Amino acid sequence: MESPRFLSRTDLLGLAVLALLLVVILPLSLDVFRLNLVAKYLTYAFVALGLVLCWGFGGILSLGQGVFFGLGGYCMAMYLKLEASSVENTKIQSTPGIPDFMDWNQITHIPWFWQPFHSLTLTVIAILVVPAVFAFLIGAAMFKRRVGGVYFAIITQAIAAIMTILIIGQQGYTGGINGITDLRTLKGWDIRPDHAKVVLYFVEVAFLFGCILLALFVRHSKLGRILVAMREKEDRVRFSGYSVANFKIFAFCLAAMFAAVGGAMFTLNVGFMSPSFVGIVPSIEMVIYTAVGGRLSIFGAVYGALLVNFAKTSLSESFPQLWLFGLGALFIAVVLIFPNGLAGIWRDYVQPLFAKLLDRRKPGPGHNGGTLGPVADGAPAE
Amino acid sequence: MLIGHQQPDFLLAVEGLTVSFDGFKAVNDLSFYVEENEIRVIIGPNGAGKTTVLDLICGKTKATAGAIHFRGKDLTKMKENQIVQAGVGRKFQTPSIYEDLTVFENLEISYPQGRSVFGALSFQRTPAVRERVEEVAEAIFLKDKLGMSADLLSHGQKQWLEIGMLLIQDPDLLMLDEPVAGMSVSERIKTAELLHTIIKDRSVLVIEHDMKFVEDIAHKVTVLHQGQILSEGTMETVKNDPKVIEVYLGH
Amino acid sequence: MFGDYSLSDLGAIFAMQGFAGLILFSVYVLMALGLAIIFGQMGVINMAHGEFMILGAYVTWMTSNFFQSYLPSLFAGYFFIAMILAFLASGALGMLVEWALIRHLYKRPLDTLLATWGLSLILQQAYRSIFGAREVGVELPQWMLGSKQVTDTIEIPINGMFVMALTVLITLAVSYVLFWSRWGRQVRAVVQNRVMAGAVGINTEKVDRYTFGLGCGIAGIAGSAFTMIGSTGPTSGQLYIVDTFLVVVFGGAASLFGTIASAFSISQAQSTMEFFMSGSMAKVLTLLAIVAILMVRPQGLFALKVRK
Repeated sequence: MESPRFLSRTDLLGLAVLALLLVVILPLSLDVFRLNLVAKYLTYAFVALGLVLCWGFGGILSLGQGVFFGLGGYCMAMYLKLEASSVENTKIQSTPGIPDFMDWNQITHIPWFWQPFHSLTLTVIAILVVPAVFAFLIGAAMFKRRVGGVYFAIITQAIAAIMTILIIGQQGYTGGINGITDLRTLKGWDIRPDHAKVVLYFVEVAFLFGCILLALFVRHSKLGRILVAMREKEDRVRFSGYSVANFKIFAFCLAAMFAAVGGAMFTLNVGFMSPSFVGIVPSIEMVIYTAVGGRLSIFGAVYGALLVNFAKTSLSESFPQLWLFGLGALFIAVVLIFPNGLAGIWRDYVQPLFAKLLDRRKPGPGHNGGTLGPVADGAPAE
Repeated sequence: MLIGHQQPDFLLAVEGLTVSFDGFKAVNDLSFYVEENEIRVIIGPNGAGKTTVLDLICGKTKATAGAIHFRGKDLTKMKENQIVQAGVGRKFQTPSIYEDLTVFENLEISYPQGRSVFGALSFQRTPAVRERVEEVAEAIFLKDKLGMSADLLSHGQKQWLEIGMLLIQDPDLLMLDEPVAGMSVSERIKTAELLHTIIKDRSVLVIEHDMKFVEDIAHKVTVLHQGQILSEGTMETVKNDPKVIEVYLGH
Repeated sequence: MFGDYSLSDLGAIFAMQGFAGLILFSVYVLMALGLAIIFGQMGVINMAHGEFMILGAYVTWMTSNFFQSYLPSLFAGYFFIAMILAFLASGALGMLVEWALIRHLYKRPLDTLLATWGLSLILQQAYRSIFGAREVGVELPQWMLGSKQVTDTIEIPINGMFVMALTVLITLAVSYVLFWSRWGRQVRAVVQNRVMAGAVGINTEKVDRYTFGLGCGIAGIAGSAFTMIGSTGPTSGQLYIVDTFLVVVFGGAASLFGTIASAFSISQAQSTMEFFMSGSMAKVLTLLAIVAILMVRPQGLFALKVRK
């Protein structure tokens, strides 16, 4: 039995195709405005990637990923906002040197939990650690008590609701429903002009590839196989000597961290963060990106996030009524008709077609070599 | 009370074990002892509490009262995975395997190494692991099916695979819940042969209805009835116990 | 936060807010009852439940308009007819949805959750296309307005009492149907052992369809009650879905009594706290408390220990 390699041939092919698309084709063919839109869509790919690990492989459906996306995004936004709120920039306020929305809400001091965000290092740490710790607390409380399935989904959804209401309600500390806006510079480097947007796009793509590699590594490790095993027969895994709860917590925390990185990149690329990316509706929409891509497919997550968001932008621009019908139908279709999403369609329809074409062109034993590997590595984009 | 500590030659000491579900006592003040390398069979009519006893020992169900000592450790206070790590293996009544994984991966997951989260992340498929998996696969007649997805196996082969998954754990106490149920005659014979080889050098607790099979392997038989011990001893003693005859043939 | 009030003031505040919470309680109970039947009995998560409720609200609104224009003499009694129509409309839509969607998804609870969310988006957009994006309000008949003075400081709104009484009636009727009628026995038989129930001649598909229809129909009645506390818009239902799911889970999914008790405690906690702080903080604290309690006691308040 061949040992599973960290990067199989199909993985390398998947990485190459994705790199070609994101690094070469899209930047060359799109103007800065459109490229920035792609950057925005890709921030959701981080979330979708985490959901592949936690929902697709682990069977844990979180309807609260927007919370982690928001945590990462708000951490970044708080840093940028503090930098944008220098005394000089805010001298028309009644209290100069604090964020504008605080001033509007008669707050005169920067609250304690904003203080760490004066430092970029602490901000970067917070982007990763705060969501992870939060996910750990939720996960430990729930999974140690064997709460899973729909209960977990509903509780995470409730947490997303709480988070939104809290952010909107505490507008003096959070910017309220408008969110944290008017962000300008990162360490003095202006994030708003076109060339900065291009740079940020490539930075984001680099981070995305980092996360994809990490996800592939987890997926091909024994931990990945245990997640699959757990989804099927939780008791058997437990009685093989594993602490099921710990594995679920790990998957959930990792998904939370991916989402947070996506959120931070969102703030940088789009230039603001608001509660409309945190609540129930955005959180469940993030699940649909994963479902459309194929809940078991790491690469599918990226394509799912890109395609659904592309459809959303173009449809809701021209036919706003159609979009909700379309999105609703999409939810139903990925459950009823295409449970494996794009990756499933690729594997079941497109790939056999290619295989047929290839077979016709060069018959011989060479072709069979590829399909004999372990089943888990067989499918593309998996 | 602490007989398990005082007489360390018992591998497993179950004392005063009781579990009640909303007042219904599925297992009632049950005590029995299993020695090192003993093959113990539990029999009894349906609903006697046999599976519940195994559930209690492996931690799937929490006891209402009583103690289960295994090598001096009180299992009632431990989590399932800790109980497994202490050396107790459990096979379920219906084959419980991972159908989305290959036979090889099924066995590999049961290999007792890399059981923590980061252990699993850094786990390597070393030659030692591969060798052990192949060795076990040979014992359970699945050597040529290692690369096959487990859902393609027959019912009997799935049972064997689960037995193999236990075998690779190398437990000191092996608990089997009706290992030959639902098997064809030829599969039954092969399974009996398999069980004979794997029960060496360890204690085994088996629930089984097949009397011929029981007679064949049991050192000692415990008869459960309504959550309590009706009779205990060699197969011969138990078979001639009037109480047992009453329960099995009385109605 | 209590410091500024005297003891008798506090008593009156609690009583008044308590009665103000009654309609919310009724909406919660009726919504949760429907959800609990569908989830507890069939294991299906219906995220579109709020939209079934809103359908009932729209039906009530249309009935009220109809009576105002064509039968003004009978306007006083229109509410009863509206509720029956709301029940029938939501129930019929529910049965249609069960046939088209839900029956393909039994045993995949997470997938029903996603599919019914999709359904809820479609229904919301449909309402928006049909009834417009603006929220509509229902005019109540004269006798339901006003309130009854109990003591100097406490008065009870009449529509609150009316809805309350109605909720009690419906709850009793549902418990009768589920626990004492032949049909209820069939439903429970299907829950416990689908294959066996089918084998003894119960038409399990039909039982499923009517159970789902009943759950949605009750949501329709909740919609009627809802028109008394808020105006109806295409997305009004979505605001209630999380709350009612928490009510169901908090009460212990399969327990009717638990559902009612949890609806009561949640609605009362929320409306009482609303007097002392902003509505949003009251909601945050209520939800946080529920989530915290559920983390400690995930099986909900009233759940049986069963032998598995």
